[in-house]
Amino acid sequence: MSLQSRRLPYRRAYASLGTALALFCAILAAGALLAILGYVVVQGVGAINWDFLTQLPHPVGIPGGGVGNGILGTLIILAIATAMAVPIGLLTGIYLALFGRGTVPEALRFLSDVLSGVPSIAIGLFAYAVLVAPLKHFSGFSASFAFMMLMLPLLVRTSEQAIRSVPQAVREGALALGMSNFRATVRIVLPTARPAIITALLLAIARVTGETAPLLFTAFGSQYWETNPNNPMAVLALQVFNYAISPYPNWQSQAWAGALLLVLAVFVLSLGARLMLRRAMRGLEA
Amino acid sequence: MTEQSRFRRVTRFVSPADRGFAALVYGGSILFALLIVGLFVELVLGSWPSIAAFGPSFLWKSAWDPITSKFGALPMIYGTVVTSFIGIVLAAFVGIMAALFLADFAPRWISAPLSFLIELLAAVPSVVYGLWGLFVLAPFVRTAIGPALQKILGWLPLFSGPIYGVGLLTAGIILALMIVPTVTAISRDVIAAIPRDLREASMAVGGTRWETATRVVLPAARIGIFGACVLALGRALGETIAVTMVIGNRPEISASLFAPSYTLASVIANEFTEATTSIYISALIELGLILFLVSIVVNALARLMIWSVRGST
Repeated sequence: MSLQSRRLPYRRAYASLGTALALFCAILAAGALLAILGYVVVQGVGAINWDFLTQLPHPVGIPGGGVGNGILGTLIILAIATAMAVPIGLLTGIYLALFGRGTVPEALRFLSDVLSGVPSIAIGLFAYAVLVAPLKHFSGFSASFAFMMLMLPLLVRTSEQAIRSVPQAVREGALALGMSNFRATVRIVLPTARPAIITALLLAIARVTGETAPLLFTAFGSQYWETNPNNPMAVLALQVFNYAISPYPNWQSQAWAGALLLVLAVFVLSLGARLMLRRAMRGLEA
Repeated sequence: MTEQSRFRRVTRFVSPADRGFAALVYGGSILFALLIVGLFVELVLGSWPSIAAFGPSFLWKSAWDPITSKFGALPMIYGTVVTSFIGIVLAAFVGIMAALFLADFAPRWISAPLSFLIELLAAVPSVVYGLWGLFVLAPFVRTAIGPALQKILGWLPLFSGPIYGVGLLTAGIILALMIVPTVTAISRDVIAAIPRDLREASMAVGGTRWETATRVVLPAARIGIFGACVLALGRALGETIAVTMVIGNRPEISASLFAPSYTLASVIANEFTEATTSIYISALIELGLILFLVSIVVNALARLMIWSVRGST
């Protein structure tokens, strides 16, 4: 079927049809997903109020109640996870950027890629084996550990690229002025790479904020205002999951409201990351 | 002097502060490596009692009975493969077409915001998809999609039997929705990386835009697009919460796509905290180990393919 053997009008019609199909698929993909979000907003927005954000969950049958402890637990677990992931990720990124080639850095990059593809539930099992089984109790800290593992690959990869993209002349200039490598990295190179690294951090936090699977057997959930990460903790995503599969209409409507909160949080983080990235680009051009 | 060796000289550590800094950098990297190796070691150690008790037949035995401590992974492997297959077939077609539209057909003022939207949607948490799947998609499958499919294709065992709403098909559709952004975003990047010259050459000999896209651009980008699909497949295989909410959670193998089933990830999510005997826990961890190993193979494959395209262009 060579091109010449077909008449042009036929081919043009065929091309229009194909373009229309592609357009239809793009609308289908974006539209279906928008429909899901729209549904979440419609179902969730009515159940969000001050009590929902600040109260403890009520027992079955008593109306009202909220997810305040889950929001608090999410923030605490995320804070601890970030505090652990940033130093490890940054140091590994610095290592990969400075000692670029060779077997060891390549192996480390491969390991990092492997980790980024590991399902979160398997990482939850790891956190359980290391921090829950030996201590014989669930804890918020074990959830932070699992979140840290989920955040690391993105942090490592991006900080490596960000540090690499700082021009070699900048580093050499600092060294020529008599700075030690340590000072040059901390005072000159890292500040230049900072917007890109913060972008990655925001994206990593966005990724784990709605993560639920590893929480089932790490944070486990709680009915109280739990602030001690050594104890089982309430987490918003986990509450959404538990309320969703419950048979009680009051809890189900709270699940929608919780889902809306999660979506909002993730979108704000992603948009923040985009803005940071734009600033980073401008910084490099300038 | 090459760029690399100059880099080396500059990064030689001499002062005491530098030596401390180097120790810190090495320490962080070693810790990172240990965490990943530890993940693998712990999964193997945790599943050892199960591996010792059931051997390789764990993979093809279909009994899953905690009361008599008989465990086989076949129903979960079946459920995982079928749901992921449905997901990737649906997502690949729609995703690649959407990518083609965004990269080649759409004017910038449409493609830029639409790409942004699709990428943003990749970040929606899976519990949100699960919630929607449970309350909107599952009833829709029970009352509309299921009966319609059964009317036309009911003579196939694939579409026979009662329709519960939750089951393999519903889980597959949810997975498709979740991985479409992945397929679209990466395919669009790969398509955009195909050199302009190829397109111009095709247009210059009289090819229409559609002919250029399907006979020149897509073939040139096929390995990278295939890589994007494999990467999305990896996500689908390990997806837990959304699938757990809509698959029905029953460790059985049935021919019908309407039947409830189980996946490797969802059985862990559902039963791990309720598992009482140590062999039960160990069998669940072995399912996690299988998932881990499969995800490594799938991801390594995908990355190789995506790299091979981006590297050559």
